[in-house]
Amino acid sequence: MDMSFTPEQIAFRKEVREWIDSALPPEIKRKAENGANFEHDEVMEWHKILYRKGWAAPGWPEEVGGPGWDVAQRFIFGEECARANAPTLSPFGLGMVGPLIIEYGNDEQKKRFLPKILSGEEVWCQGYSEPNAGSDLASLQLRADKDGDDYILNGQKTWTTHAQYADWIFVLCRTSSEGKPQQGISFLLADLKNTEGIEVKPFLTTGGTDAFSETWFEDARVPQENRVGPENEGWTMAKALLGHERTLIGGVAESGRWLAATKRIAASTPVGVGTLMDDVAFRRRIARLEMRRRAVGMANLRILAAAQVGRAPGPESSILKLAGTEVYQAITELAMDAMGHNAMGWFDSPLEALPEPQQWIASQFNYLRACTIYGGSNEIQKNIISKVILGLPNA
Amino acid sequence: MNFDLSEEQQMIVDSVAKFVENDSPVERFRELRQSEQGWEPQMWAKMAEYGWLAVAYPEEQGGFGGSFVDLALILEQLGRGLVPEPYIPSVVLAGGLISKFGSSEQLERYLTPMIEGRSSLALAYAEKQSRYNLNDCLTRADKSTGGWTLKGQKVWVLNGHAADHLIVAARTSGEQFDSSGISLFIVDSDAPGLSRILVKGMDGQRSALINFDGVEVDADRLLGEENEGLAPLEWAIDRGAAAACAEGQGEISEMFERTVQYLKDRRQFKVPIGSFQALQHRAAEMFAEVELCKSTMILAAIQADNEDAGTRKAEISSAKLQLNDGGWFVQKYALQLFGGIAITDEEDIGLFFKRLRVLNGLFGDADYHVDRFQSLERFNGESI
Repeated sequence: MDMSFTPEQIAFRKEVREWIDSALPPEIKRKAENGANFEHDEVMEWHKILYRKGWAAPGWPEEVGGPGWDVAQRFIFGEECARANAPTLSPFGLGMVGPLIIEYGNDEQKKRFLPKILSGEEVWCQGYSEPNAGSDLASLQLRADKDGDDYILNGQKTWTTHAQYADWIFVLCRTSSEGKPQQGISFLLADLKNTEGIEVKPFLTTGGTDAFSETWFEDARVPQENRVGPENEGWTMAKALLGHERTLIGGVAESGRWLAATKRIAASTPVGVGTLMDDVAFRRRIARLEMRRRAVGMANLRILAAAQVGRAPGPESSILKLAGTEVYQAITELAMDAMGHNAMGWFDSPLEALPEPQQWIASQFNYLRACTIYGGSNEIQKNIISKVILGLPNA
Repeated sequence: MNFDLSEEQQMIVDSVAKFVENDSPVERFRELRQSEQGWEPQMWAKMAEYGWLAVAYPEEQGGFGGSFVDLALILEQLGRGLVPEPYIPSVVLAGGLISKFGSSEQLERYLTPMIEGRSSLALAYAEKQSRYNLNDCLTRADKSTGGWTLKGQKVWVLNGHAADHLIVAARTSGEQFDSSGISLFIVDSDAPGLSRILVKGMDGQRSALINFDGVEVDADRLLGEENEGLAPLEWAIDRGAAAACAEGQGEISEMFERTVQYLKDRRQFKVPIGSFQALQHRAAEMFAEVELCKSTMILAAIQADNEDAGTRKAEISSAKLQLNDGGWFVQKYALQLFGGIAITDEEDIGLFFKRLRVLNGLFGDADYHVDRFQSLERFNGESI
């Protein structure tokens, strides 16, 4: 067991750092340095730059366009991206449906979808939750009835993050009402832009942005060839995908940025003759969270390392979701505390009243109340741990 | 970067686990806590035979050239059985200091017999007023004709009651709080002028309060450089903290696993209590803390040998904080979930609880480590 890096890995880090520094477009770099919010177009611009370099999908196997990195390289790359404050790529294609197609898709589907996920030419969103199927996901009701070579979809998905920007959506839908709710679910890929009968309605969040939307299906036709895996057996795949999702949404890399931002804010906030960063009581609060975050980061690394040697991230990834999101939220709360009166502001406050690095803090603080709710609420994660890992009995 | 155990490490883990199961289950500790010494020299000798006392020392010192990770793996398993032999005080603290800073003569005289299981050691550093400040040292060592004269008092000396030799931190120059001026001495525990008061701890283990009333030591008893003892002492106490995390991991894991089993076995309202969601969620939260402890414990063990003091301190403080806070969460709710039986002496869970609380207060508590972390130079950078 060791944590040291080989000379090759140290050289790799240098290469990554220098490349990111030279490859970040000036406006994105300026925003990164100021901790500002990235627009969707900017995220996609960075995606395409990474794609041209061959680094868009660090976790994908080489034969489908991954860079062929080992865990240490992926770790280093992740650290350097976070260090540079580079935009975080949308996870729905690269991190979720991509790996799912790699694992369960047929050759046609791999050929059709993977290259455009990788290049960013097609943007994806996720159709899992429904108004009456949140934590109880298996009770989902979006109907898919067979008609010739197609399914006809009727119903509604919600929390379809970034659907307004997406070209494609992956949906869980009901293809049978026989048996337990978990049976009879299928996994379909639908063309959002070119399918009649699909309507996307973004809605405003408390963060003041329209990160989420509702997606409506009314007699929307999806070819059966767009079904991944066998009919009525989508639930297993849905769960596997949630395993991928949980390792992503613990927010370990993102919470590191927030920690850095909090320190910058504290260092630029006058208190008496010094700054908030001179206040030992406040420094201790930062230190506690920074130390806790390291614990989650190390757990993340252990779980990813275990997954690399042929084991998929298992139910233990639930602890990353649980502990990661809690520390993430706590860091955003601390950033708000660091701002003092400035925490009253909003992202459209005039720069004279609220300096740019603090403009998006309140929005993100509000938005991130969602992180303990999405991806299977933290209470659901506790159910998973107690049932699947600890084997505690059902009520 | 690699988190897999080597074949040798897996063998060590398996053999210590077997030892705990066959030779030193918790019942053995139960009996020994009634005895004066609290541990058994013949079992210490047996541990030496297995090579566990030698594992991390360099080969030229009679060791196996292993790493701190090997020590941590052994300690984790020993913790599962509450094995009371003085592994941390003797092998990690005092033995570690002699191994790293001792002359060849000192190695031969004090380290070799310990590695062979014929003696045990202790490190006397804490004083009544010092709390966790290693530079706060009132015990003095004044130059005498043949060497030094020690005067002062040390408290809570782990294994101080039984050790054959003690490493004593004493001031050879400067004032009470000065960073320089502390030196380390190797003192025979039966030296004239040295008196020991046995102290039985809450956890059933033993330490000593030791008075040095004009104890004469020869010049060759100085360990390392004169006046430069603080850095070695910090190094040793850091390793102590990493060792506490490792042993504590064994106890936390044991408490947690026993609790989950209890939730499955104990029935109330005609069902196993583990079927209640309130208790399931508590168990899930405990699981997360156990895993986070394991992660930081491994990281601390890996970095305990790091020459860069900043890295070493950052990781060890993070791990000790996690043991003290996350571990506390596990230990207190283990008792809560066990219910009333948990506070009876006949139920083992309380023994683990007490040992963990002792480890909690050793080598820096949570506040101490948070404070040390924020005072690291690199903390002022964006993130460590």
